[in-house]
Amino acid sequence: MSKEIIRKEIIRLDNLKRYFKVGNETVKALRGVSFTIHEGEFVTIMGTSGSGKSTLLNTLGCLDTPTSGEYYLDGIAVRGMGKNERARIRNRKIGFIFQNYNLLPKTTSVENVELPLLYNPKISARERAERAVRCLQEVGLGERLYHKSNQMSGGQQQRVAIARALVNDPVIILADEATGNLDTRTSFSILTLFQRLHREGRTIIFVTHNPEIAQYSSRNITLRDGRIVGDEYNDNIMSAEEVYRSLPEDND
Amino acid sequence: MNISNLLKIALKALNNNKLRCFLTMLGVIIGVGAVIAMLAIGQGSKNSIKAQISEMGSNMIMIFPGTEQRGGVRQSSSDMQTLKPSDYEAIASQAETIANITPTVSSSGQWVYGNNNYPSQAQGVNSQYLAIRQRSVAEGEMFTEHEIKSAAKVCVLGRTLVENLFPDGTDPIGKVVRFGQIPLTVIGVLDEKGYNTMGQDQDDLALVPYTTVMKRILATDYLQGIQASAADESQTDRTIAEITDILRTQHKLRDDEENNFTIRSMQELAEMISSTSSMMTVLLAAVAGISLLVGGIGIMNIMIVSVTERTREIGLRMSIGATGRDIMMQFLIEAVIISVTGGLLGILLGAVSTWMISIFAHWPVAISSASVILSFMVCTVIGIIFGFYPAAKASNLDPIEAIRYE
Repeated sequence: MSKEIIRKEIIRLDNLKRYFKVGNETVKALRGVSFTIHEGEFVTIMGTSGSGKSTLLNTLGCLDTPTSGEYYLDGIAVRGMGKNERARIRNRKIGFIFQNYNLLPKTTSVENVELPLLYNPKISARERAERAVRCLQEVGLGERLYHKSNQMSGGQQQRVAIARALVNDPVIILADEATGNLDTRTSFSILTLFQRLHREGRTIIFVTHNPEIAQYSSRNITLRDGRIVGDEYNDNIMSAEEVYRSLPEDND
Repeated sequence: MNISNLLKIALKALNNNKLRCFLTMLGVIIGVGAVIAMLAIGQGSKNSIKAQISEMGSNMIMIFPGTEQRGGVRQSSSDMQTLKPSDYEAIASQAETIANITPTVSSSGQWVYGNNNYPSQAQGVNSQYLAIRQRSVAEGEMFTEHEIKSAAKVCVLGRTLVENLFPDGTDPIGKVVRFGQIPLTVIGVLDEKGYNTMGQDQDDLALVPYTTVMKRILATDYLQGIQASAADESQTDRTIAEITDILRTQHKLRDDEENNFTIRSMQELAEMISSTSSMMTVLLAAVAGISLLVGGIGIMNIMIVSVTERTREIGLRMSIGATGRDIMMQFLIEAVIISVTGGLLGILLGAVSTWMISIFAHWPVAISSASVILSFMVCTVIGIIFGFYPAAKASNLDPIEAIRYE
């Protein structure tokens, strides 16, 4: 624990509340959430549907702004930011990974991975391509740089998506049910990749409703009805790679 | 986000949907092509009318004896007896802005030479008639002032008359032909002019000194008209005013009396004809413009479909850092690329179809650079206008909802 405190604060939530007006009723999606995530943590956020985890994820991803409370991302207060500022901070500091990959159709891996850098005018075309290729090699797709997204399996597509999340060198990777669409064996290969990124010092937030995944992360936050009901550090992180190796190669 | 990146993204998106992109473009291609071809046809016919009129003498002014009432009955202008040779002489000596002037008095009748005869006009004029009508004598010569003064029995034949009176190819110069009972010596043959815009044979006439027609053929003291040419085409109006003043003085008209003569200028006629053809051009262009508009609506339609279809993509782009402006620019650029490329191809289509019209239909055509520039600009503007709404719609999407859109 003491080790964690010295580390840099990446995310600090301070009594975060988010209310939605639906007709005449007010839906309280987040009723006061506070936590701090430091650099190098692999946090799973767990909760059933309606627990507010999607809203939390949107807020953490600077897609949504809280009704009240403060959110600091890498020391920057997000709450007062305008739309364009939030787009910029998403572009520079956050890597998104989605359940359904969200790759551009009929587009090669490299082009998909380059996408976030296209919205950063400081990066030249050459650097863009170099970084995209490096990230694809990092996720084990060095052989599939110019495959189109529809020519790849689900696991491969998710690896492209992970490479896309890494390409802007974000301070935080936000994964939304990143293994939700994959079979067990592929899920574990993706989890193995996440664990490797974690070992390399990346900060990861993995939102899921699958309680199994918590065992492979370093910390687990549980949400229920818009409040945190559990926040545990995991000292005994299981190896996804071992499980992956133990699973038979041919699943069908 | 710089423009070259946006351009790259837009081109990539269009490339992903080639067929749809081309079909959308087709609306603009046909629209622009039609505008250019229609304007080319309109401009072409205008040009050819203009050319024909200027061939007839675009600075020509015609004076007719005009409305004079006799006991409530208006007379036909050729029966009117208000223009006299003295009027002609007054204009010829006093008007400063005319170049040439001739009295006209004509008679129709049968021309006879040997066994051959042909009905035609005997146009009584002076030698300046040639300059006014831009004609010339091809063989022989025109009658002289002296022959006019002496009302000489001479004539200059048009080509049609020559062909009908001398079918065997005899040289008509020096031969004596008859007009009615009057024998006239052929001293010249007019150049060949063919048919004019109204379908009249401009070679079907013979020129005779006007004095000869007045004294020997019609036995009249009055002229049927006076034709003149303005020294400066752009000052035709001034010339008309000048002639009006002279004639009113000649005819001793009081200020409250209306003119007993009519003055028409070729320019008026030209304006009338070209205003008709301008109207046709406007009509044609309007129809073509409507098809261009429909092409623009086609762009909007496809862009709206495209925005809806690519909602998830837009959500993703926004999630990874695209601003609303980036998204807006992307879709706007896509629309403009479609319309501008369509415009360029449309210009090509317009040029090709114009060329084919001139080859196969033999219509006079003229592509003006103004019509090319205009239609190109219009289709760029159409791309921006019709691309704007879908682009604005795309840029206003909420990334949270867009990325989960099914």
